[in-house]
Amino acid sequence: MRRFVVGRTKSLVNRYQRSRVLSSTPLLLDSPSSMAAPPSSSHPSPPVTLETINPKVLKCEYAVRGVIVTLAERLQHELQANPGSHPFDEILYCNIGNPQSLCQQPITFFREVLALCDHPAILDRSETQGLFSADAIERAWQILDQIPGRATGAYSHSQGIKGLRDTIAAGIEARDDFPADPNDIFLTDGASPAVHMMMQLLIRSEQDGILCPIPQYPLYSASIALHGGTLVPYYLDEATGWGLEISELKEQLEAAKSKGITVRALVVINPGNPTGQVLSEDNQREIVEFCKKEGLVLLADEVYQENVYVPDKKFHSFKKISRSMGYGGDDISLVSFQSVSKGYYGECGKRGGYMEVTGFSADIREQIYKVASVNLCSNISGQILASLVMNPPKVGDESYESYAAEKDGILSSLAKRAKTLEEAFNHLEGVTCNKAEGAMYLFPRIHLPQKAIEAAEATNTAPDAFYAHRLLHATGIVVVPGSGFGQVLGTWHFRCTILPQEDKIPAIVSRLMDFHKGFMDEFRD
Amino acid sequence: MSPKGLDYETLNENVKKVQYAVRGELYLRASELQKEGKKIIFTNVGNPHALGQKPLTFPRQVVALCQAPFLLDDPNVGLIFPADAIARAKHYLTLTTGGLGAYSDSRGLPGVRKEVAEFIERRDGYPSDPELIFLTDGASKGVMQILNTIIRGERDGILVPVPQYPLYSATISLFGGSLVPYYLEETANWGLDVNNLRQSVAQARSRGITVRAMVIINPGNPTGQCLSEANLKEILRFCYHENLVLLGDEVYQQNIYQDERPFLSARKVMLDMGPPISRELQLVSFHTVSKGYWGECGQRGGYFEMTNIPPQTVDEIYKVASISLSPNVPGQIFLGLMVNPPKPGDISYLKFVTESKGILESLRRRAQIMTDGFNSCRNVVCNFTEGAMYSFPQIRLPPKAMEAARRAGKVPDVFYCLKLLEATGISTVPGSGFGQKEGVFHLRTTILPAEEDMPAIMASFKKFNDEFMEQYEDHRGYSRM
Repeated sequence: MRRFVVGRTKSLVNRYQRSRVLSSTPLLLDSPSSMAAPPSSSHPSPPVTLETINPKVLKCEYAVRGVIVTLAERLQHELQANPGSHPFDEILYCNIGNPQSLCQQPITFFREVLALCDHPAILDRSETQGLFSADAIERAWQILDQIPGRATGAYSHSQGIKGLRDTIAAGIEARDDFPADPNDIFLTDGASPAVHMMMQLLIRSEQDGILCPIPQYPLYSASIALHGGTLVPYYLDEATGWGLEISELKEQLEAAKSKGITVRALVVINPGNPTGQVLSEDNQREIVEFCKKEGLVLLADEVYQENVYVPDKKFHSFKKISRSMGYGGDDISLVSFQSVSKGYYGECGKRGGYMEVTGFSADIREQIYKVASVNLCSNISGQILASLVMNPPKVGDESYESYAAEKDGILSSLAKRAKTLEEAFNHLEGVTCNKAEGAMYLFPRIHLPQKAIEAAEATNTAPDAFYAHRLLHATGIVVVPGSGFGQVLGTWHFRCTILPQEDKIPAIVSRLMDFHKGFMDEFRD
Repeated sequence: MSPKGLDYETLNENVKKVQYAVRGELYLRASELQKEGKKIIFTNVGNPHALGQKPLTFPRQVVALCQAPFLLDDPNVGLIFPADAIARAKHYLTLTTGGLGAYSDSRGLPGVRKEVAEFIERRDGYPSDPELIFLTDGASKGVMQILNTIIRGERDGILVPVPQYPLYSATISLFGGSLVPYYLEETANWGLDVNNLRQSVAQARSRGITVRAMVIINPGNPTGQCLSEANLKEILRFCYHENLVLLGDEVYQQNIYQDERPFLSARKVMLDMGPPISRELQLVSFHTVSKGYWGECGQRGGYFEMTNIPPQTVDEIYKVASISLSPNVPGQIFLGLMVNPPKPGDISYLKFVTESKGILESLRRRAQIMTDGFNSCRNVVCNFTEGAMYSFPQIRLPPKAMEAARRAGKVPDVFYCLKLLEATGISTVPGSGFGQKEGVFHLRTTILPAEEDMPAIMASFKKFNDEFMEQYEDHRGYSRM
């Protein structure tokens, strides 16, 4: 019987959480922990402690920046303070899809336009022509003309600047060959807040369930926990390249219903994270039919739509698939999420993204708008970037060739790194790794010897975390244990990004192989 | 056949309860009229740049350079960017690992948090710990995070001033908590009477509510009052004795228009009071780049600072922040620049100070113009805007107007504000959006329209108001045979 496993070891967590305690500023060391200050009889314990905070906060987990990362940061400080204190020169953060932190360069044209929009005063200066490309200047003017008063520092419409939404809608149309309505678009500070918003709307109580893939990107499990709902897992099939079987969806749906759960929505991540698979069109059609039949909202996380590395697969948006099946807003409720953080642009720090919301009543649309309005609007620079991503330079534009070269360079390098690392993992004893057809990750499976599992248990650590910690200590490479994403009970994985620059890959591969050999030598049955 | 997935009946009830008048009915009607070609003056939201306030030059130069670091390699960059902006951009880029495009630490760039801590220390005279400062995409996100941490269910109450900025009421509804109102005293310049506080808490407790936290907005929104040191001390003592976390919304700390009560942070006063309060009272303070004389609302830059929050709770707050990965990096840089602006001797200092002073002095003048303009109407009483960005006049409505409102299915202040909008294009927010005493009506407008437009706007308001009163007033002294 499969079970969703979230591995987390209390004592390990506690140990590392305490390592994040206050710095050594004298005054503040006097701050009470709930253990240090004895409660006086006239003054009961302070109101905000672990015992009295929102239990949903306690329940949620997010391994991508969890325990192992805290540990890595500590090792990094140790290295800085004392070079040579570890058997490696640097920490290599392969835990998070954060390309530019690992030296991926931003797309020049996008940054030119953003800089001009940040400081429009220079657009009137003749010297500006010498510093920026003509089409970037032109695009900046176009964008500024869509912003009332050219005021990029003003709160915009709560769905985002209308003109930018027009551009994005046109981009969606050009991509899908089906119309898109700017009024369906909500620009957000990255895709994550949009996901939170949908969970907030959908989840009324823990009787409401959301179907999520296992393995999944833990934003979903965390968000569901934070909003007090129930995650209903459906297992992707590792043996068939992380295939999504409709029979599995049906089975899990029925099982949830029999437990009194009302399943509200289905999350599909395509291309997948951490699994990297790109769904086939047939598969997508089955999913659409399933959602339509069962009355589920389809939450389509499509943030990796520009990261496809195999010639036999293509990204198709769920909107395109639904419309090509003849299904409109009356047939299916669909939310598509896109972000500026991934693709070839990798602009994580900008917090730009949107959700396209179709197939909901006017009532619901009003409510979505209302919730968005409480935060007023998303950051303007991120909004502008989202419009650039969905409407990049075209053939004939002055910047097109350099843009295309940058884009192709990044994408082909990503494909290469995906392949190299996949092969490296597959060469390790007891490790199998599915191909990364898309996205930014590899999710190898490690068949851990029994001795290793026992050693892990002896230190009160999940076996995949045990392996990941050993890997970190030996090589400086940071990966996220598979339990952070979910996996079939008794199987162990870790997620590793394909993002370190090409020149670092050979060293990573050789260090990994040396470490693994040593590990297996130590623990082989 | 409509999809069953999510319809109004199956929507999260808490979402239905949320109200946020600042972008509610009046704003939507104003937007409609604007589309029809009517000239609208949007005074519904504290959004300075939308009303013509220019961004400060130096931060825009720095962020533009950070945005396009290849400019820094261009030998001609000095032709349009001053050397100190170039240097500062380089400095901020070294604080990042990967420039503006990489997720930072989920709490924000350590280097910027250090700048914030140093600012707080200069301002208050007490050291601040960067580890307890979290940067957020605007202060609103920080408020939501903290309230989400505190509120367990509907039995948890949060003390909120009435009138309040409706982020608080909306967020409490969204998270399923209870709003416990405490009334500010309009006749005492929107002063805070601790007896009102005690009464509110007692009433809430008698209803089975556990009061967990108290919100103060200082300077106030929509009311503008600046709390005195004595008042702050009373509040701090009150929170200490009642075991409440104090949430200090201090986003308007740069917007002070009188000299009697300069801004004092809750933290400073608390630390001045010494132990036990200084060591035990739990405090979270909020600030932003959206207000002050910066007005950079669109950047979504803000922070909260925690004092006396237990380390494990801080860790949990960190954990939730990490799910959204990081606040936007350009916004963080704006925040760094705000707390660490050009200094005397810097190339850009003079221009920066001239721009800043210009804005602040003008705001002060506009606060006065608006207060006086409202008070010149016989049925309007308006407290002076001591701080923040708003005017919150009380409009006395005659019975006939109330009746007309009732017939139109509108709350009286909404009715008045809609008429005002249709007649003059001035888009305000009815007082009911902020809370007010039963039977007393207000509207909130900002003091942000350009100074040269103010006289005309106030004249336009007065003309509308006088005509409205003419239409709805009961002429008692007038008899007809």
